[in-house]
Amino acid sequence: MTLELKGVSKIVEGQVHIAATDLTLEKGTMNVLLGPTLSGKTSLMRLMAGLDQPSSGKIFWQGQNVTGMRVQDRRVAMVYQQFINYPSMSVYDNIASPMKLLGVDQAEIDRRVRESADLMKLTPFLDRKPLELSGGQQQRCALARALVKNAGLVLLDEPLANLDYKLREELRVEIPKIFEASGSIFVYATTEPEEALLLGGNTATLWQGRVTQFGPTPEVYRQPVDATTARVFSDPPMNFLQISKTGERLMFGDGQSTVATGKLAELPDGRYMAGFRPNHLEILQHTENAMKFTTHLHVTELTGSETFVHLDHHGARWVGLIHGVHDLEIGAALEVWLDPRHVYVFGEDGGLVAPAAYAMAA
Amino acid sequence: MQQKTTNQKAWFLVLPVLILVAFSAVIPLMTVVNYSVQDTFGNNQFFWAGLEWFQEMLSDERMWNALQRQLMFSGIILAIEVPLGIFVALNMPKSGFWSSFCLVVMSLPLLIPWNVVGTIWQIFGRVDIGLLGYTLEALGIDYNYTQNTISAWITIIVMDVWHWTSLVALLAFAGLKSIPDAYYQAARIDQANRWKVFRFIELPKMMGVLMIAILLRFMDSFMIYTEPFVVTGGGPGNATTLLSIDLVKMALGQFDLGPAAAFSLMYFLVILLISWVFYTVMVNLDKKGM
Repeated sequence: MTLELKGVSKIVEGQVHIAATDLTLEKGTMNVLLGPTLSGKTSLMRLMAGLDQPSSGKIFWQGQNVTGMRVQDRRVAMVYQQFINYPSMSVYDNIASPMKLLGVDQAEIDRRVRESADLMKLTPFLDRKPLELSGGQQQRCALARALVKNAGLVLLDEPLANLDYKLREELRVEIPKIFEASGSIFVYATTEPEEALLLGGNTATLWQGRVTQFGPTPEVYRQPVDATTARVFSDPPMNFLQISKTGERLMFGDGQSTVATGKLAELPDGRYMAGFRPNHLEILQHTENAMKFTTHLHVTELTGSETFVHLDHHGARWVGLIHGVHDLEIGAALEVWLDPRHVYVFGEDGGLVAPAAYAMAA
Repeated sequence: MQQKTTNQKAWFLVLPVLILVAFSAVIPLMTVVNYSVQDTFGNNQFFWAGLEWFQEMLSDERMWNALQRQLMFSGIILAIEVPLGIFVALNMPKSGFWSSFCLVVMSLPLLIPWNVVGTIWQIFGRVDIGLLGYTLEALGIDYNYTQNTISAWITIIVMDVWHWTSLVALLAFAGLKSIPDAYYQAARIDQANRWKVFRFIELPKMMGVLMIAILLRFMDSFMIYTEPFVVTGGGPGNATTLLSIDLVKMALGQFDLGPAAAFSLMYFLVILLISWVFYTVMVNLDKKGM
């Protein structure tokens, strides 16, 4: 079982919703579509499901061309951000409904409903109406409905976005479990990098309707192919800084420089972009060769055990994620430290020139 | 020990509301109650009658007949307007120019004053000058709302359907518009057909506004007076004498103030009772998430 998209695009009224995309999803894999709102995650899913027809390109399912085939005739299941259940049916009937429409026999329906209800911890609620359940249970019911179909392709469109923090954590742990039990191709859209990392599998990063990179999730995270992917796969987004190479040294401004080693040593002189994640910015010098930058503090956000600092560095906005709670004065100058091992170097066109040393080691 | 301070000034703040409610509801209602338990021959002379008028009204066939006609009228118009309104709402364009156009055109009957609606249909149905009446007559169909009971009933029912179906349709349309697109997608993925989409998504999701539509239409039709009065005046005979028309005949035509007052109170209680039943059903439906 594979789902292949070959040069699939979607153009609506002259606007490119999805740029020509090639993507191959293998049997039994978890595939995360990661991108901000309006980056095309839902559009891409609708194309995969067959809810929309591509403007160009072809879609293959198990090697067979299914482009233009109605969604009714494909074996797909979908779960949405809103909790979509049939409001007048009981939980049992909701879960049974796709199988009833497929004409599965009664005993089989009963067996599969009870099995999936058990998996989704819905057994005590089978007689209730969906609206008599909590938000988390409603979404479990929708997940159970998607699962019992035994569809080869299960599309989850930000399924946890409408849940509160606690329930989200709870379901997030369960989704990989049900995924393993099903053996289907799972596609999971999310805006949160953290969620992609937790789910593992493969990740496709999306930016303005374009898949910027597709590969195993840790690899995409550690070695983003370009600045856009790095920006998408970091929350808060990656910070950037103009740097230049002269001779053997990389000049970071503020009188800071490092020796260009490895791949960087072979680069021609010129201007580059340095990128680093917010959690790598420090307010104390931890390593000997860390570089020091003087910034101005704009805003601080406390999240209990961590502090987000929004900084101004010569007109550029940086965000730092600092461990612990710090009493920092807003508007004052703040010295921050950055270990060169945590710096990604991108070309001026945005393409990755050298990944950070730490990412290579990991 | 500190004394608890007493401050009665707060009463002044609720006084305007109390006065307003007293003059707009309590006093008029109590006047009716007053009449219903007394007998008067004019000259401001009153005699205590107790529950006599109520007993008389309850044993009077006239009221029961009017009530029967009234229930039949409300039942028939609900049975037509609700399904028709849903049907119209389902077939309306969902957005764009034609959607707005339909909304405006359908609101028009709702904006016409009741007595004008009555007059329109009274003229429209006349066999000598009315387009409808004349056409039917020319086609050889026996239609005359002033002489034929069935013609009279058909006229007032068609008039009410013309006047009020839009209300049901607009409410149903609002209910339909509030259904997220994801429901329809989910149904498509589940391979549900049109009827199943209606039965399991649209109808349950519309149930809330539909109950309001039914409640409004029921109460309004149960109290209807102006339109049938203008068209048929309750005739031929008593064929279209609905409750309110009968009440007015009794109170103003015959000046039977006592019985009419007792009649009014019972009329009021019946509406209150039925509305309460509707309300309870609605709240229960809400709880079930329909």
